[in-house]
Amino acid sequence: MATEDQDTARTTSGEEVVSPNTPSAMNTDPINVGHIEVLQILNEHGEVDKGLDPKLSNETLMRVYRAMVLARAFDQRMLTMQRQGRMGTFAPNIGQEACIIGQVTPLTRDDWYAPSYRSFGAQIVRGWSMEHLMRLWAGFHDGFPPPKDVNDLPFSIVIGSHVLPAVGIGMGMTYKKQNNCVVVNFGDGASSQGAVSEALNFAAVYKAPVVFVCENNGWAISTPIKKQTANEVFATRGISFGIPSIRVDGNDILAMICATEEATKRAKNGEGPTFIEAITYRMSLHTTADDPSVYRDEKEVEPWEKRCPIARFETYLKNKGLLTADAIQEVLESCEQEVIEARDTFYSMPPANPGEIFNHLYESIPEELKEQREEYFRRLKEKGIDYE
Amino acid sequence: MSKLTMVEALNLAMDQEMARDENVCMLGEDIGINGGVFRTTKDLLEKHGESRVLDTPLAECGIVGVAVGMAIYGIRPVVEIQFSGFTMQAFDQIEQNMSRMRNRTRGKYTIPIVLRTPYGGGIRAVEHHSESREAYWAHTPGLKVVIPSGPRNARALLAASIREDDPIVFYEPKAVYRAFREEVPDEPEVMEIGKANIVREGSDITLIAYGAMMRPCKEAVEDLSDIHNIHVELIDLLTISPMDTATIAASVQKTGRCVIVHEGPRTCGVASEIIARLNETAFEYLQAPIKRITGFDIPFPYFQVEEHYLPESDEIVNAIQETLNWH
Repeated sequence: MATEDQDTARTTSGEEVVSPNTPSAMNTDPINVGHIEVLQILNEHGEVDKGLDPKLSNETLMRVYRAMVLARAFDQRMLTMQRQGRMGTFAPNIGQEACIIGQVTPLTRDDWYAPSYRSFGAQIVRGWSMEHLMRLWAGFHDGFPPPKDVNDLPFSIVIGSHVLPAVGIGMGMTYKKQNNCVVVNFGDGASSQGAVSEALNFAAVYKAPVVFVCENNGWAISTPIKKQTANEVFATRGISFGIPSIRVDGNDILAMICATEEATKRAKNGEGPTFIEAITYRMSLHTTADDPSVYRDEKEVEPWEKRCPIARFETYLKNKGLLTADAIQEVLESCEQEVIEARDTFYSMPPANPGEIFNHLYESIPEELKEQREEYFRRLKEKGIDYE
Repeated sequence: MSKLTMVEALNLAMDQEMARDENVCMLGEDIGINGGVFRTTKDLLEKHGESRVLDTPLAECGIVGVAVGMAIYGIRPVVEIQFSGFTMQAFDQIEQNMSRMRNRTRGKYTIPIVLRTPYGGGIRAVEHHSESREAYWAHTPGLKVVIPSGPRNARALLAASIREDDPIVFYEPKAVYRAFREEVPDEPEVMEIGKANIVREGSDITLIAYGAMMRPCKEAVEDLSDIHNIHVELIDLLTISPMDTATIAASVQKTGRCVIVHEGPRTCGVASEIIARLNETAFEYLQAPIKRITGFDIPFPYFQVEEHYLPESDEIVNAIQETLNWH
């Protein structure tokens, strides 16, 4: 608070040498920390705000719809496979399809995407085949690297540890004068990591072309956001680092596309990063190793069932005359069929090659490591295991 | 040829590599207009511009993390962490991403980062400014660890490190930064990473060290030769990981005796690893137990007493004589 004395001192400071840290030189004007909007275009009844409707082409609308249905079909198949003992631990994304598909819809192939582990719907859109993702979750080394022509990071397991590299990719775009951008996805839990705050700061300082999508799904395993933070408006994180920030209904695919599209445009115009807090809900398990009944009242889940992102988008598409009950069934069946085909391809793929675990760590394998590899090969031979 | 200090030699390497490859870029705290707290990056901002010499926010984890992303995008970041004690802030990104991204993506993304950082004691600094924790990085799969000992090899090893596609932790012995000058060729020069250097041949005993400890070792070797007519084979490791086992094994097979010196803590230190390797490669040649002179397993002491902590040439002379007289 400015006292009268300080004000007097400030008015006279022109004639004196004053350190910028002395109260008399301090600017005591109130500071405007920015304004955070909440964007919703399609409400939970599927009614559209006509003024905000982005009027996407019918082709885009149907492509996005199918991507959402496919993500859910993949999800359900993966859960079945896991329960059958034919898949590793898996993190489902049920109920978050609008958020995950919307955030990659505006990206071109030269833009980059940095997923977290619940982002497989987006990875499918980006060009990862479903059998590739199945290899990933089933513990094959060849499942982790992004496909040849896909500019994505592999997802991070240590929560939030991919956000700094994503900002570095954006800084690389600036360095190489490339007119592209990065979308990085992370959750409400990740926002507690110091490295995520550092990433926001670096992006803001260097005006990196990065879109931060903080997917607030209410839960980090058993930890609700109330225990995660005393400030539940995650978008204020962005504001505090000087990053334009917005809250979006994460179950509204149109809002997600619009918010991300505007953010990617800003990034490509050299206007720097944007922070999008997407409000959604983790309808299902943290992972297949998790039992939410231990820590979560199922009553909490019920209202979110009414906010299903796929159902409300179907209502919108029906009202536009793009979808009928029969067509919904057709899309669902064709997605399920595609997932089944991917599953069959996955089952027919070669087994893991235990011989390769030393091969990709260094550009050329050091002498010491060669000796360790020989020792390992002897072990495999003794066990009668094939390797290349 | 010019007579340069290590700081000037490192600066020469960075300047020439930046001129050679436009994708080489510098990141660190106070490295731009200030030229780094040790002036190692002096004038690089002026010569190569703000877009290539980035003064960063004060966040070591952040610096390494964004460098990983830049490397994935085809840039070759040279990162300065002001003191090796502060690399602990960046342990997360070094361990989770810098060291593993190549393995995780089966070579799709390489991480050609050089993480330069001044290490070691002897400059009368406050806590966290004198650590020697090279063993951490040598223990981390996917990294290489390089430690020069003088101006000429510092320049040649840094230039080679910048050209390598693997991530490198480059430990600079700050006690040597301005301790002496050496002839350094004006033309670019590189040295192979992963090769130890036999500084002086000898037949009686092998002495292995690296970095700042090469100075007391050289002193000890000269004293032993001049006063006692003992011929020590002195090896400068230069690369801690991957270690040049062949060179040290051949030397100990020849001499049958060995002393190892480093200033980092003893337990699971570099000397422990060398002894284990000699156990595998030179056991039947050994005529005495291998001795190690190292820092103790305590945090680096405050500077009023640091001189008593750091290994000195007298102790090295004694250790060598004890090893020679062992029976």
